[in-house]
Amino acid sequence: MLEIQNLSYRVADTGGAGAKDILRGVSLTIPDKRFIVITGPNGGGKTTLAKTIMGINQPTGGKILWNGTDMTNLSITERAKLGVSYGFQQPPRFKGFRVRDLLSVAAGRTLNTSEACDYLTRVGLCARNYLERDVDASLSGGEVKRIEIATILARRCPLMIFDEPEAGIDLWSFARLTETFQEIHDKKEATILIISHQERIIRLADEILLVADGKISAKGSVEEIYPIILGDTVQNCNRLEVDACAE
Amino acid sequence: MLNEIQKQILQEVADMAAIPNGAVNIRTDGKKTYRSNSAHIRIESKQDKDGIDIVIDPNTVDESVHIPVVLTQSGFQDTVYNDFYVGEGAKVTIVAGCGIHNCGDCDSEHDGIHTFHVGKNAEVRYIEKHYGEGEGTGKRILNPQTILYLDEGAKVTLETSQIRGVDDTKRFTKAVLSGKDAEIVIQEKLLTHGDQNATSEMEVYLNAENTRTQVISRSVAQDKSCQVFYPRVEGNAACFGHVQCDAIIMGEAKVQAIPAITCNHVDAGLIHEAAIGKIAGDQILKLMTLGLSAEEAEQKILDGFLR
Repeated sequence: MLEIQNLSYRVADTGGAGAKDILRGVSLTIPDKRFIVITGPNGGGKTTLAKTIMGINQPTGGKILWNGTDMTNLSITERAKLGVSYGFQQPPRFKGFRVRDLLSVAAGRTLNTSEACDYLTRVGLCARNYLERDVDASLSGGEVKRIEIATILARRCPLMIFDEPEAGIDLWSFARLTETFQEIHDKKEATILIISHQERIIRLADEILLVADGKISAKGSVEEIYPIILGDTVQNCNRLEVDACAE
Repeated sequence: MLNEIQKQILQEVADMAAIPNGAVNIRTDGKKTYRSNSAHIRIESKQDKDGIDIVIDPNTVDESVHIPVVLTQSGFQDTVYNDFYVGEGAKVTIVAGCGIHNCGDCDSEHDGIHTFHVGKNAEVRYIEKHYGEGEGTGKRILNPQTILYLDEGAKVTLETSQIRGVDDTKRFTKAVLSGKDAEIVIQEKLLTHGDQNATSEMEVYLNAENTRTQVISRSVAQDKSCQVFYPRVEGNAACFGHVQCDAIIMGEAKVQAIPAITCNHVDAGLIHEAAIGKIAGDQILKLMTLGLSAEEAEQKILDGFLR
């Protein structure tokens, strides 16, 4: 179970005057094997929340407990070893690092070709074309992104966090990816926490968290939250209202 | 014949656990320790100076050449001239490495001057590994020179690596591609640490139609070490060349890359890229999220970079 208690994250304001609160007392409890989607407007604190769970950001207040262990002050490595994994929104590239090598590091052992291929297939990549390629600038953004997701699958952690996994991915691969998320959930392999703006992913969730302005502004089922998202979109955008009237 | 230190160094520089098949010449502390010829490759001592001629018959395939050098006497200064004559249509792998074990307080130095004459349509893969070890205060110095002349359609891949242990190195590589369709790929890997100095100078002349070159240099400079690269490519015909220097800088190290490309023909296409920088923070973070410590992550990144 993941428990987040009154989590806050404050950074110095870029203007130099004062501070800016990115997370403002976020509290939530996620039981094991749940499929949670975090959505909300850009700049609302979603990625910061995910990175703070992974330990990439150190919170300025609050606690994070994973299966009862307080990991608020643990390093990224220690959290990873406890079973927390995080797929970056913008994954780094590595000169000289082959896809095969990265997947093996993720798995914690040398993967054979068949195992490595399986992970790539699950993210919609034709595996044999990629295993020996470097994870460098020769790969497109969408390819790197799918390899990033494959590393999280290879880790087989009980907590999988994905940060906008759909970004930059073509429609065909995206369809395969949603099947993979559904499979993991159906087989109860892990607790899944996905930051997403995609309706198709949002509709897979057991629960949706709406994060805005550093807080959880709403949470509930797809049926409960989706109308709120759509309502907000139209209400806050004059242009959309005008277009809607014209039609 | 060989003592344990010499055997271990042979393993390091030439992956030689035993005497390999093919033509072999092992030189230890300036002397010939072992030599064997193969069916189509002959190794002969030079009469006028220290060194050997390696003569590879035309159309030789599936035969290799191993010519490792081992220095274990502290203070030994060794200069050797090795000339390779690769016949038309031959396809060979040549392994030439040098390892220095210096446990004394005098400098040990090996300067290997290798000249290649690569015949029409011949293909050569040349692997050269440099390695140094020993607890002595004497320096381990290697100043290799590799000069290559490529005929029409000849292809050479030069794979050189020097990972740790060599205090001072001045490397000079020169390739002259005089026959059309000739191609050379130069892959250089270097890791310096402590107070080591390394300079690598390269000159590639693309003198005939459709000649090509690719120069790929990857290096890591740690501690207070210094590295300087001068890759130069000159296009004198319709040709293509790409120079890529990448360096990771760490600690108080210094790295200088001065690539130069010169086009003397309207159809010469040459590109150079040079990048020097520390390990990107997001690379370390990514590997930490996969369960590695920061130190393990750094080592993995370096291993991959110099793979």
